[in-house]
Amino acid sequence: MTAAIEVRAVEKRFGNVSIIRDLNLSVAKGERHAIIGPNGAGKSTTFNLISGHIKPTSGEVKLNGDLISGLRPFEINRRGLSRSFQVTNVFARMTVWENVRCAVLWATGHRYAFWKNVDSLPEVRERTAQILDDIHLTHRRDVPAGLLTYAEQRELEIGITIASGATVVMLDEPTAGMSHAETERAVSLIRRLTDGKTLVIVEHDMSVVFGLADRISVLVYGHIIASGTPEEIRRDPKVKEAYLGEEAH
Amino acid sequence: MLELIVISTLNGVLFGMLLFLLSSGLTVIFSMMGVLNFAHASFYMLGAFFGFQLTKWIGFWPALVLAPLLVGAIGMAVERYGLRNTHKHGHVAELLLTFGLAFAIEEIVSMIWGKSPVDYRVPTLLDFPAFTVFSTNYPAYKIFMLVVSVVIFIALLVVLKRTRVGLIVQAALTHPHMVGHLGHNVGRVFMVVFGVGSALAGLAGVIAGPALVTQSDMAASLGPILFVVIVFGGLGSLPGAFVASLVIGLVQTFAVALNGSLASAFGPLDPSAGPSVLTDVWNVTIAQVAPIVPYLLLVVILIVRPMGLMGTRES
Amino acid sequence: MKPAMTSTSIAPAKPAGDGLRFYGVWLIGIAALVVLPLVFSSGGSLTSFSLIGIAIVFALSYNILLGQTGLLSFGHAVHYGLGGFAACHMMNAVVSHGWPIPLPFIPLFGGLGGLVFAIIIGWVMTKRAGTVFAMISLGIGELVASSSLILRSVFGGEAGITTDRTALPKMLGWSFGPQLQVYYLIAFWLVLSAIAMYALTRTPLGRICNAVRDNPERVQFIGYDPHVVRYLAFCFAGFFAGVAGSLAAINFEIANSAYLGAIQSGLVLFATFIGGTAYFFGPILGAILVTYLQLGLTNVTSVWQLYFGIIFIGIVMFAPGGIAGLLMMHRPLVRAGTLWTVIPSYLVAIVPTVALACGVILTIETIARYSGGDPINLFGIAFNPTSPVTWIAAAVLLVGGFFVARLTWQRIADAWDRAATVARDRGYLA
Repeated sequence: MTAAIEVRAVEKRFGNVSIIRDLNLSVAKGERHAIIGPNGAGKSTTFNLISGHIKPTSGEVKLNGDLISGLRPFEINRRGLSRSFQVTNVFARMTVWENVRCAVLWATGHRYAFWKNVDSLPEVRERTAQILDDIHLTHRRDVPAGLLTYAEQRELEIGITIASGATVVMLDEPTAGMSHAETERAVSLIRRLTDGKTLVIVEHDMSVVFGLADRISVLVYGHIIASGTPEEIRRDPKVKEAYLGEEAH
Repeated sequence: MLELIVISTLNGVLFGMLLFLLSSGLTVIFSMMGVLNFAHASFYMLGAFFGFQLTKWIGFWPALVLAPLLVGAIGMAVERYGLRNTHKHGHVAELLLTFGLAFAIEEIVSMIWGKSPVDYRVPTLLDFPAFTVFSTNYPAYKIFMLVVSVVIFIALLVVLKRTRVGLIVQAALTHPHMVGHLGHNVGRVFMVVFGVGSALAGLAGVIAGPALVTQSDMAASLGPILFVVIVFGGLGSLPGAFVASLVIGLVQTFAVALNGSLASAFGPLDPSAGPSVLTDVWNVTIAQVAPIVPYLLLVVILIVRPMGLMGTRES
Repeated sequence: MKPAMTSTSIAPAKPAGDGLRFYGVWLIGIAALVVLPLVFSSGGSLTSFSLIGIAIVFALSYNILLGQTGLLSFGHAVHYGLGGFAACHMMNAVVSHGWPIPLPFIPLFGGLGGLVFAIIIGWVMTKRAGTVFAMISLGIGELVASSSLILRSVFGGEAGITTDRTALPKMLGWSFGPQLQVYYLIAFWLVLSAIAMYALTRTPLGRICNAVRDNPERVQFIGYDPHVVRYLAFCFAGFFAGVAGSLAAINFEIANSAYLGAIQSGLVLFATFIGGTAYFFGPILGAILVTYLQLGLTNVTSVWQLYFGIIFIGIVMFAPGGIAGLLMMHRPLVRAGTLWTVIPSYLVAIVPTVALACGVILTIETIARYSGGDPINLFGIAFNPTSPVTWIAAAVLLVGGFFVARLTWQRIADAWDRAATVARDRGYLA
């Protein structure tokens, strides 16, 4: 079976500096895969490379067996990969409802249509309502996204990301800055919403990582030093060395 | 022909250096503050009119110093009381503020000095031909303008390379996102940079005023060319602005000097065809096309290299 | 004055129950357009109404770019002007070839003129957004305006292209000679264009335009190419600007290079922004106000454009939501029933604010008329611009008005905060 995401020998240089070097990563279909690593290891850069936000200097990225490195973000998105951002990245002046609906439009085939009334597209309306319900923001549907609380914006961020129904979902630190209770809520939300999908997640909170992930990859200085099940990672001496004094778990 | 080339090259370089006096300030301000100052050409115009008025009152040389200082002070006030308050509404609001300002300054200038050109003369000290090329006398005042702009150019280089503010400006040019981390006096740095940029524009106005026409529409006619220069050079790139200033200065000066048309090169079209777009294009002289040349260059660069000549930034 | 400015996206989805009120607003607008010339039937007001109608179509088309897609254009008049020229050429062609096309169809061709140019140049122009787009639009505007003087066969040089609207085939017995008939023609196209442009905001494309305005980066990650979105918005804006330009050409029976110039581009920007870009009706208010001021002020003062500039700067600095934004700010207060708590502070502020405005006007007019010596007539009081009494009056109004007004503005802000807090507690404000 082809992997959902296959990263092979990817390098990213800015000038003379290699941020990412010889990156190899394979995520099987339906797997929940976490990427962990110290700050500045290149986790967000890895996300940006896979989602097309930046282009790799060399190497290749495949999505469901198709080469996607070099494609632009919207082309990759249309092939079924959707990502969230570490810093909340929503449509601030639009309402919560509009935010989610915009994310539904391409996938439901309405694209750039200027001859249809957006309010009278039943499947768009139903899907939007469903997602709002899923992320518990139905009661805030008419509030501009910029006025939501931080935790609500993070939930909206997840909602926008899954709205297209992409089969591969990448979440960049979805629980960053959340309280303990909010984190628990977000984790169960993620678990429910990505059921049956491939999930790649960057996360600092180790309880989240080990509770959620089927497999974990450890990224240090732009290179994956270990990849395996949570149990394997826990025992891996290289990981212990890399994390020595950095994280207590 | 050779005469034309020499004279046009001199004039072109002069015009280019003048453009750079303006575009350098504009570029630095844009890089540091993210604001494209639409009123930059208006500061240039204010410089010319202040220069004219002060020359009348206290003579050209004191005016040469005082007028740019005045314009700089106005620039600092605009930054302090206008832009700083508008900043929270985003860059579009800031651009609109300077657009409104440019509009208002033009109206105020024509309200005070009228709409027709004022009699801003070359100072008698410099009112003689510097040298003669073939049969053309080249005025000393233009040499003076060239010297002033080159001196300012060198002074700018020194400031950029050797002073603390220069280092901050350089850092801002290469890492625009880092400007916010400069510390608590970032507001003052902005104000000073905006003031200096405006003062440079004012200086350009003072020295260009007597050589060109000092009139209330001079900002509106120069402004768009200035923006072409910085888009052409690549927004936020100082070397780009320099090259683009010279290129546009030279190209436009040569275009104005050339009287040829397609008709003069290939002979007139068959007159029986009657007037059409083709005859318009065929018969127009290069000199007549000169005003649109910068904009044609803009379109070309957008197609070939959307970032501009030396630009690296998306927006 | 710093109340929380919440500019929501244009026309959020309404429950069906609001349908009646929604259509009611449109019907009242249409009825007003029909009745207006019957109430104010003088030639002067008919001309004014016609010009306002044209300005509204133009400003609405501009807001497709600025308000809905976040594109600041300094060259929108290019499409307006090209639409005007296209209309003039079409009208002359209809007459000389004897085609059976009556006048009311001409704006369609004007719109096509604006659209075709947008299709050709737009792809390159909309590659970049933000400041770069603004600069490029300025450059293209200058390019077209200057070229129009070179391509004399198309643009008629300085004189422009003239036409005779009455020479076209009649429709329903209307020759469109009288201004009243022209007014109704403009009103018809105004309604048609306004409905079309409003409908556009409620399509998938319209909503994605809003998304591009708010966050072009994120749009890429929900499947859209922001460049394509900007391009399509640009084409629509070009079409309706062309319609507006052709209406102007029909009204004046001429198109000349002033139609495509920087001043025209600046005016539409002023009208749209002063009216307010965040709401569909904002540009309508702005176009009415700016056109009305333009017509009214030109007779009263020689420096009317300066007042535009000052109003514009004031709006940019203190009320970036424009008039519409200021009005809509009060909606949650009205719903929460707390509007009455801010009204007194408004009333208190009126006197010093008007005094300040009089000071500004008196100062400007004194400077403008100093050399000429024409007296200034301010609310029936004559001031002599060369008299020190006038200068002192201006200074006192200006300085005194400012300091007193500033205190009263602070009171407004405080009253606003209290009212907004109550409104928020009652759930009418997010």
